[in-house]
Amino acid sequence: MYKIVSKKELAPKIKLFEMDAPEMAAKAKPGQFLVLIIDEKGERIPLTLAGHDVKKGTVAFAFNEVGKSTKQLGLLEVGDSIWNVTGPLGVPSEIKKFGRVLCVGGGVMIAPMFLQIKALKEAGNSVVTVLGARIKDLLFCEDESKAVSDEFHVATDDGSKGYTGLDFLKELLGKQKFDRCVCMGPVAMMQKVSEITKPFGVPTVVCLTPIMIDGMGMCGVCRVTVGGKMKFGCVDGPEFDGHLVDFDELVKRQRMFLPEERLSSLLWEMGGCKCGGK
Amino acid sequence: MAENKPKPKVKKEAVQMPKQPPEARRKNFDEVALGYNETQALEEASRCLQCPKPQCVGGCPVGVLIPEFIKLMREGKYEEAALKIKEKNALPAICGRVCPQEEQCQKSCILGKIGEPVSVGRLERWLADWERSKGVKIGAKATRTGKRVAVIGAGPAGLTVAAELTKLGHGVTLYEALHLPGGVLVYGIPEFRLPKSIVRAEVDYVEKLGADLKLGYLIGRIHTIPELLKTGFDTVFVGTGAGLPSFMNVPGEGLGGIYSSNEFLIRVNLMKAYAFPVYDTPIRIGRHVVVIGGGNVAMDSARSALRLGAEEVCIVYRRSREEMPARQEEIENAEEEGIICKFLANPIRFIGDEKGWVKQMECVCMELGPPDESGRRRPVPVKGSEFVMDTDTVVVAVGRTPNPIIQSTTEGLAVSKWGTIVADENGKTSIEGVFAGGDIVTGEATVISAMGAGKKAAKAMHEYLMSKK
Repeated sequence: MYKIVSKKELAPKIKLFEMDAPEMAAKAKPGQFLVLIIDEKGERIPLTLAGHDVKKGTVAFAFNEVGKSTKQLGLLEVGDSIWNVTGPLGVPSEIKKFGRVLCVGGGVMIAPMFLQIKALKEAGNSVVTVLGARIKDLLFCEDESKAVSDEFHVATDDGSKGYTGLDFLKELLGKQKFDRCVCMGPVAMMQKVSEITKPFGVPTVVCLTPIMIDGMGMCGVCRVTVGGKMKFGCVDGPEFDGHLVDFDELVKRQRMFLPEERLSSLLWEMGGCKCGGK
Repeated sequence: MAENKPKPKVKKEAVQMPKQPPEARRKNFDEVALGYNETQALEEASRCLQCPKPQCVGGCPVGVLIPEFIKLMREGKYEEAALKIKEKNALPAICGRVCPQEEQCQKSCILGKIGEPVSVGRLERWLADWERSKGVKIGAKATRTGKRVAVIGAGPAGLTVAAELTKLGHGVTLYEALHLPGGVLVYGIPEFRLPKSIVRAEVDYVEKLGADLKLGYLIGRIHTIPELLKTGFDTVFVGTGAGLPSFMNVPGEGLGGIYSSNEFLIRVNLMKAYAFPVYDTPIRIGRHVVVIGGGNVAMDSARSALRLGAEEVCIVYRRSREEMPARQEEIENAEEEGIICKFLANPIRFIGDEKGWVKQMECVCMELGPPDESGRRRPVPVKGSEFVMDTDTVVVAVGRTPNPIIQSTTEGLAVSKWGTIVADENGKTSIEGVFAGGDIVTGEATVISAMGAGKKAAKAMHEYLMSKK
């Protein structure tokens, strides 16, 4: 059992939990993820790590309440426990001095992106940060990110704050030379950013969140095509070269169980399945 | 004085084990084989010839003293009989169900030469179930040696090592990466062949012996083997199993509706997707399910698909029936349930609909050429024989390759070109104090061979621990 020690609402429906997990905290690195199961009947939920504190013995993760399991998770309070957690999982991000790095974070993935921004800054990089969201109310972590970035921008899909959309990145890339781009966000954002950076020849790393079950190389549901080859998101990734990822396939694979996810969510909204497992 | 002993009448035929009828069992996940009752068990036990030089024991990878336990059983000493098995085999309720006895102990039974061999597996199962129903007793605990052992993977090999070394008084920590113990016994083998409550009971036994079970620990990521050795463990056993699923590398394998057998069985067995939405993990079964492969995993996948409501389940195998690696009993069970086998065919591509879901599979017919390195005749495609099958759910059961996490995080650990860990017959690897056994060493094999490897490794580990100051 893993106890929740802090709970914070980052934006509507986006929550950040800190959990007691000293052994995991000691080994966690930016870019890695964990898999948690709320209770015996739960599914295995993969979530990118958004922080770890060796002294406190805690790890942090953020999630968006989109389906049954994440809604159920969001109801847990400080002091409650999660049944089982496995982590850290996946290959850690490459953190070293690259030079000038463009960091683009979007949606719930802004939380793990912030961890990466800090690490890249500490490694001596000049960091240009862009945070994006559908609408301005869904943005978070702005002040903290700004404080550790050399340059900071905001973009929203509807233009309610900062730039409208991500096309302004072309200008940014045209003005100054970037040595690397890291993008963590929804698939559409990572695809868009990869398309924009490609003509500029900026190596671009994207953090993929395909469907996973075990998260440790057993089931193969997280398979993605990268440069024409089959890779497993959980053990070969989660980070891949954005210029080589087959995003169209990824989007289709992420939606494979949409009808089941909707059913599960609907039943949950109606007060949960009443049969008691019989 | 001549004894007027009547010559015992040899019973050539084995007592059949009751099974759920095919039309009923294809709709449920309950165990197919129902097990003997006491009368049937005793009748079957009476068939054993009690050979002075028994051949059966040599056929058992863990060397269970078969005539001895059958003798005790015939005398009505069930508890002693069960303990006799446990001297050699910590997990009899499992082995009695999933061991390929026809290839092992029963293959060398003398009775098999004139009729049917003694049903050793069914007797083992009956005794283990009898013992469990009475409440398993743990013998006196051995004196603690003060030595510490880390066992990685709570599957058949790891559980065996943990049981053996705990019994000898060593302190064992058993690390399992998944949230439930049992390895392939919980994620792979379906409920209808091995009820999970039985796995749980066998694991409980290992825990009661004194092993400390830690769930959700992926060694290689949270702790590495060098770290375990540095932080107080005297020796480490690696039993991490078969690993990553293989695919066929044909176009369209990324389409929806195409599962690896690992994914399919993990959803159904470990995550209980058959009880969705009570359990949160879903699975989608279409009308026309195709399973590719000819091993036990393919049979398990096909039979699970049927139970999940598929209209038609077809196994597609590139060789012929004779080369199928699955147990004969499982092939028969599958066919009785109505599963169709299509031999000498191999998929060459998958065709999807506009939503990215599989709708057809193109295959090519095969013919058998000369034997390959496995000794089986190599399948060769027949030119111009391509054909298309309609399908909406495909399970790819063509094998697995070792998980690389341990190998890549353990410097100095010798690894074969297939990615398996190199170990000698006692499980010794290239690193002092590190042992390995089961599928991670041999590649995919059986539950009992993994247990056999665990047993040998446990012996070598004990010797290593006792020789170390």
